[in-house]
Amino acid sequence: MSENTDVWEVFIQSKNGLPHKHAGNVHATDKEMALQNARDLYTRRKEGSSIWVVKATDIIASQSEESEEFFDPSDDKMYRHPTFYTMPEGSKNI
Amino acid sequence: MTEEKFQKRIDAEQKIEPKDWMPDAYRKHLIRQISQHAHSEVIGMQPEGNWVTRAPSLRAKMILLAKIQDEAGHGLYLYSACETLGISRDELVQQLHDGKAKYSSIFNYPTLNWADMGAVGWLVDGAAIVNQVSLQRTSYGPYSRGMVRICKEESFHQRQGYEIMATMAAGTPEQKQMAQDALNRIWWPSIMMFGPHDADSPRSGNALKWKIKRQTNDELRQSFIDKTVAQAELIGLTIPDPDLKWNEETGHYDFGAMDWDEFWRVVKGDGPCNKQRLDHHKKAHKEGEWVRNAAKAYAKKQELLTV
Repeated sequence: MSENTDVWEVFIQSKNGLPHKHAGNVHATDKEMALQNARDLYTRRKEGSSIWVVKATDIIASQSEESEEFFDPSDDKMYRHPTFYTMPEGSKNI
Repeated sequence: MTEEKFQKRIDAEQKIEPKDWMPDAYRKHLIRQISQHAHSEVIGMQPEGNWVTRAPSLRAKMILLAKIQDEAGHGLYLYSACETLGISRDELVQQLHDGKAKYSSIFNYPTLNWADMGAVGWLVDGAAIVNQVSLQRTSYGPYSRGMVRICKEESFHQRQGYEIMATMAAGTPEQKQMAQDALNRIWWPSIMMFGPHDADSPRSGNALKWKIKRQTNDELRQSFIDKTVAQAELIGLTIPDPDLKWNEETGHYDFGAMDWDEFWRVVKGDGPCNKQRLDHHKKAHKEGEWVRNAAKAYAKKQELLTV
């Protein structure tokens, strides 16, 4: 049995209230092992308060070669940003 | 995408990510460099492991264990980065066992006594940090992120080494002599860790053009020597190089000639510990096989139960 073990991507929440952030990945044969390996590898210095592990093969990623076409629908919608709007001179708290 | 477009991205300081187009030679260079780096972290646990049971205090022992765990972690960050280039963990380990992939020559030297733990931490980890700090800016995204993580953790390694050296240098004359002896033996191999002179380093050209490496071997070596000399002086130890002297004009230390014959002898397998290091890795890998198989069998069984 020399086939490779599954790769799991690791996401860590550094502090309660903050979002989980991608930290890296681990090899593991099952989910408990993935979680324990992630703890041992990525939180040796109290870097985490919560960990998510996801099988790498279950992640769907956008293709970076197509990123221009993929994201360009938002290019011409400057009106989604607050700076697009002209506020009357002297307006406050807005 | 063409090579020209790729180079434009590199020149614009964009990071290259796993799914991006890259020249085959760029991919190959990265696999060779990152795997060598990963293997070095893993093999580097052995000379330190040699002293775990004989650490002089409980404090020293706990620190050494934590440091060795870090080395394992650093190896894993790097294997992960390397795998994103399309090579498997198994293949990487096989290349190490077959002698096709190298690791840093420095780990083919023995650690004879406790002072060597100090000298290795101070000099070997110190040299590694200079290299790794520079590699944080490497053009390949996963490698760069691994380096950032490693650099955050590595400076404790160098400081614990320097603390050991400082303590011994301030001890009895015998202890100070031990520290000096360790420095004498480990100094030259540690400054040769940066690799051959730029003029004799044929692969550097592309690595710099592609920003895999950000500084040349000689630049990195000079920077390490410049910061280490004062640290030695402060604790009353002498760097074993009669030609070492401050050059007012260049603003750097001049230093003596390195013994490249010895360097290549050790790289090619004739160092004091080459065989021992590789044999030990093979043995540990083989003895762990039943654990890997058991884990896979367990996972398969769980799958069947949940279907």
